[in-house]
This record gives sequence, structure tokens and C-alpha cells, in this order.
Amino acid sequence: MGAGNTGGFTKQMARNIFYGGTVFFILLFAAIVFHTERQIPARSNAAAITPEVVRGKKIWETRNCIGCHTLLGEGAYFAPELGNVYTRRGGDFIKAWMQAQPTGAPGRRQMPQFHLDEQQLHDLVEFLKWTSQVNTEKWPPNIEG
Amino acid sequence: MKTFQLKYRSQAVAKPYFVAALLLFTGQIVFGLGLGLQYLIGDFLFPAIPFNVARMVHTNLLIVWLLFGFMGSAYYLVPEESETELHSPKLALALFWIFLVAGAATIAGYLLVPYATLAEMTGNDLLQTMGREFLEQPLPTKVGIVIVALGFLFNISMTVLKGRKTSISLVLLLGLWGLALMFLFSFVNPHNLVRDKMYWWFVVHLWVEGVWELILGALLAYVLVKTTGVDREVIDKWLYVIVAFALMTGILGTGHHFYFIGLPGYWLWVGSVFSALEPIPFFMMTVFAFNMVQRRRREHPNQAALLWAVGTAVMGFLGAGLWGFLHTLSPVNYYTHGTQITAAHGHLAFYGAYVLVVITMISYAMPTLRGREAAPRRAQAAEMWSFWIMTIGMGVMVLALTGAGILQVWLQRLPESGAMPFMATQDQLRFFYWLRLSGGVGFLIGLVVYLSSFFIGETADETLGSVPQAA
Repeated sequence: MGAGNTGGFTKQMARNIFYGGTVFFILLFAAIVFHTERQIPARSNAAAITPEVVRGKKIWETRNCIGCHTLLGEGAYFAPELGNVYTRRGGDFIKAWMQAQPTGAPGRRQMPQFHLDEQQLHDLVEFLKWTSQVNTEKWPPNIEG
Repeated sequence: MKTFQLKYRSQAVAKPYFVAALLLFTGQIVFGLGLGLQYLIGDFLFPAIPFNVARMVHTNLLIVWLLFGFMGSAYYLVPEESETELHSPKLALALFWIFLVAGAATIAGYLLVPYATLAEMTGNDLLQTMGREFLEQPLPTKVGIVIVALGFLFNISMTVLKGRKTSISLVLLLGLWGLALMFLFSFVNPHNLVRDKMYWWFVVHLWVEGVWELILGALLAYVLVKTTGVDREVIDKWLYVIVAFALMTGILGTGHHFYFIGLPGYWLWVGSVFSALEPIPFFMMTVFAFNMVQRRRREHPNQAALLWAVGTAVMGFLGAGLWGFLHTLSPVNYYTHGTQITAAHGHLAFYGAYVLVVITMISYAMPTLRGREAAPRRAQAAEMWSFWIMTIGMGVMVLALTGAGILQVWLQRLPESGAMPFMATQDQLRFFYWLRLSGGVGFLIGLVVYLSSFFIGETADETLGSVPQAA
């Protein structure tokens, strides 16, 4: 290509491949995303997104939980996966755990105390419960996340 | 060495952008070392700077300094490519200060105010956008980024429109417009987490594995044009083919993030097939860089810039290409998703592709902004040393994280029953985390050497025998 014997492959052809290819793949991507959009309600069990779940997601976001944990495998890798924590530990454990932080064990990773009230803890658990029911193609491979 | 005059005076606005970029880069690395320590000494700096806060500072500084680097590069490159002065140097300078102050205020906010309070103070309730990885910025900061980006794009686009239109400036412009456009998805945060995650990738993936590659290609092509003197026709052709493959593989390659977040199963196929092809443009970039250097028609006095350029191509291929391919196929990613393998890839890809291309531009442009064609010989030698020290430091980090990731998968992910819990697994990875930290220390040393190169002057014989130096 770059060499002198380009065999007639010109800059204009390269440019056309770039523009044409890009437009084609943008349209194809948009089409698949459009199809995916319509599958999301069923796959995510969207009917179960209660006001509690919505509030719980906001708690999750405004405490920057993603800065240490992963959720469905995305986030930071400093603390356990929480997409399936409801299945692994149960709601009561999650609440008790949050209230017991930080452990203060010397040298161990510490989780901040977020001073959530009972309602907020409940909302957060509802969010994590809903998340654990999302169809994730059977990920994670085992309960440890 | 001969003094050097910028072809267009307005190119000089690039200088503060480059200086700010390097200062923020240094901050990023310091916080990175803190994070590396927290992996080992869990309560280090707790509760003053918890891990999530330090990580937010680390990643946000990276994004901001790379944006400073891209903008500075564009302000430097576009007037020269367009053969005309920048539309408004004053606007460029004003936007510089706005962006710097907004960036600094945001980082200070992260460090001084609890995140939930910061969200309340900054109007997160008006439009909830905070608390998503890399997009943690408060609403006013996000709006500020859009305003700065629009002002910047206006300035650059006007300059291109009134002057010569080259392939390099057009590809760069497309990349920068794409960057701003995709950032708008950071304002999209549906209540449904699955939908939220999908559109989040429109920013993150379509930046780094999409439009940023256009910026990368254009900057690399520009420096190669300048330092090798190879015919533009040849370089333009390469550039178009590279960015064509980048987008033709990278757009549908987004699918490799859609495997396990609640989206339909066909993404396992779409993502695997197209992201497996994503190394192609990076491989082509490597061939391109070596090819151009081999066919160079001049010996440019700035040999350091050439090393950074070739380094970008090679390390970009290793980090984004090879380390990406390592875990991109869905059956592999099923086990590696969200492990230290991801961290290994992320570090090498960002360093290899984007950190190095910005340093390449700085290395090429900075001497000219300081009135000479190339840095003094000893300064260039320090730069070259710093390239190797940083690259080896990063290499140690990435190999350590890869080792940690493999062991983590083995202990925590592969067993179908009796898998080791997350924290117990982390205890088993300590050796690798120490190794990673040592690589990080090496990286910081390399960075200090790099920064010091700006303060190294000429030797006596360079000053005296200045005229025949120019090549």
C-alpha cells in the first residue's frame, strides 16, 4: 500500500473506504442498538423497576460505589462484585454490613461509613435485588462473582 | 543550534496546554501510586482519601490531561496544516483558563467534600449524571466541558475552513467533533441500569476505541510528515486506511462490552468477531511508523520525537491491540470480565496509544514553542531515557497485573464449586501487587527524568558550533 508499487490504490480510494465504511458501520450499529433497545425491558425485567429501585440506583451513584466495586463486572476491581451480592449474601446481611463499616482492622481495605438511614438501606437493597435478576448470559461463572 | 521561528504565531497558544497537561499527568501518577499502595496496605490514607476518591482523581486527571494534550496539539497543528493563523488565539487562551480552573475545582471537590454532598451541592438532582465510572464529574463540570469543547471546535473548524484543508487536519477535526458528540451521552442516565450501561459505553468505548483513534492517527501522521519528510500522498493514504479500519472494527467492536450486562446474546458474536479485528489498525500503525522512518528523506534534529512516535505505534499495538485481544473473545471474557486482566489492558492501552501520542506531539512541538528546532542533545538523551524507563515501568506493571489477573481467574472464577471468595483471592495476589507498585515507582522515575529534560541546556560545543548542527 504505502510502497511505490501501489498498483493503482490511491489516496482517494482510501478516503472513500474510510467515509463509506464508517457510514455503513454507524448505520449497522444503530440498527442493532435499535433492536437491542426493544429487548432491554424483557431482559432486564424492567417491570420490576419500582420507585425503590430507582432511589436505590441513585444511592449507588451518589456514594460512588463504582469507585471500588464492580457491578455486572464493570467498575473498580478493589472490592467484590455486587451484581449478584443479593444472591450471595441476602438483604439483611447487606444492611448490617453497611452499618458496620469501616471495620478498622489494621492494614485491611476499608469501606467508608455512608450513614444511610433505614429507608435508604432498603432502597439500595431493592436496587441490588433487581440487579441480581438481570439476564446476564449466566455471568458471573460462580457465586463469588 | 539555530533559533527557530514558529510559522504561525498563534501556534504559541499550545504551550500552556502542554504545560498543564504534563502537570496534571504528574498528579495522575502520584495518585496512581497511592492506589497501588492501597491495594497492599488497605487502610493507607483512610478515611482522608478512600480508594474510590483517589481512583476518581486518578482517572479524571488522565482524561483531563489527555484532553489538554489533544487541544494543545490541535492548536499547534491546525494553523500549520491550514497555512493560516488560528481563528482566535484569545478564545483559545480564555478556554484554557476556564478548563483549568473548572478541572482543578472538580478535583478539589472530589478531595474535600463527600461525594454525596458534592452531588447535592452541584445540582445532581436536576439531571442525575454522577457516580458512573469515569463520568463522575458534577453537572456544572460536564456542562463546562461541553462549552469548552464547542468553543475549541469552533476555533479549530473556522481555522480549517479559511485555510488549506489537508487529510491530517480533516481526520483530526472529525475525531475531535466525534469526541464532543459522543460526550453528550454522558448526560444520558436512564433509571434502567442495563440501558444506562449501554449508553455509558457510547462515551467510553466510542471514545477510546473509536474517535480518539482518529486523533491518534492524525497526530502520528503529522509528526511523521514533519520528521521524516516522506511524501504526503503516501502518509495520507496510510492515515485513511488506518482510521477506516479503526472505525470499521471499533464501532461494532463496542459489542465486546455488551456480553454480560443484560443485553441480548447476539452481542457475544458481534462483539467477538469485530473486536477480534480491532488490533488490525494498530498493527498497521506500527508498520506505518517503521515504514516511514525507513523511507525518511531527512534527518530531523529532533530524534527524540521520532522515538516517541515509533514508541506510540508499538506500545499502542501491544496495549490496545494485543492485550485487548487477550480477553476480547466472549468465552474468554466470561472468566476475565472485571478482573485484574482488564486493569492490565486498560493501563497499557492508555499509555501506549494516548499518553505516548500526546508526549510525541509535545516532544515535537515544545522545542519550537521555545524558539528552537529541537531540544539540546543532552535534553533529547534524557527524553529517550525517560521513554525507556517509563515504558519498562509500565511493562512491569502490566505483566504484574496480568499475572494477578490469571491467578484471580484461576482461584475465583474457574472453579464451579468451592471458588475462593473475592477478598481471600486478593490476599493471594499480594506478590503481584508489590511488583505492580515497583513498576509504578519506576514509571514515576521515568516521568521525573522526562520533566527534567525541559531544564537541560546546551553543552558548550553545541552553543559554540551552532551553525553546522542543523541537518
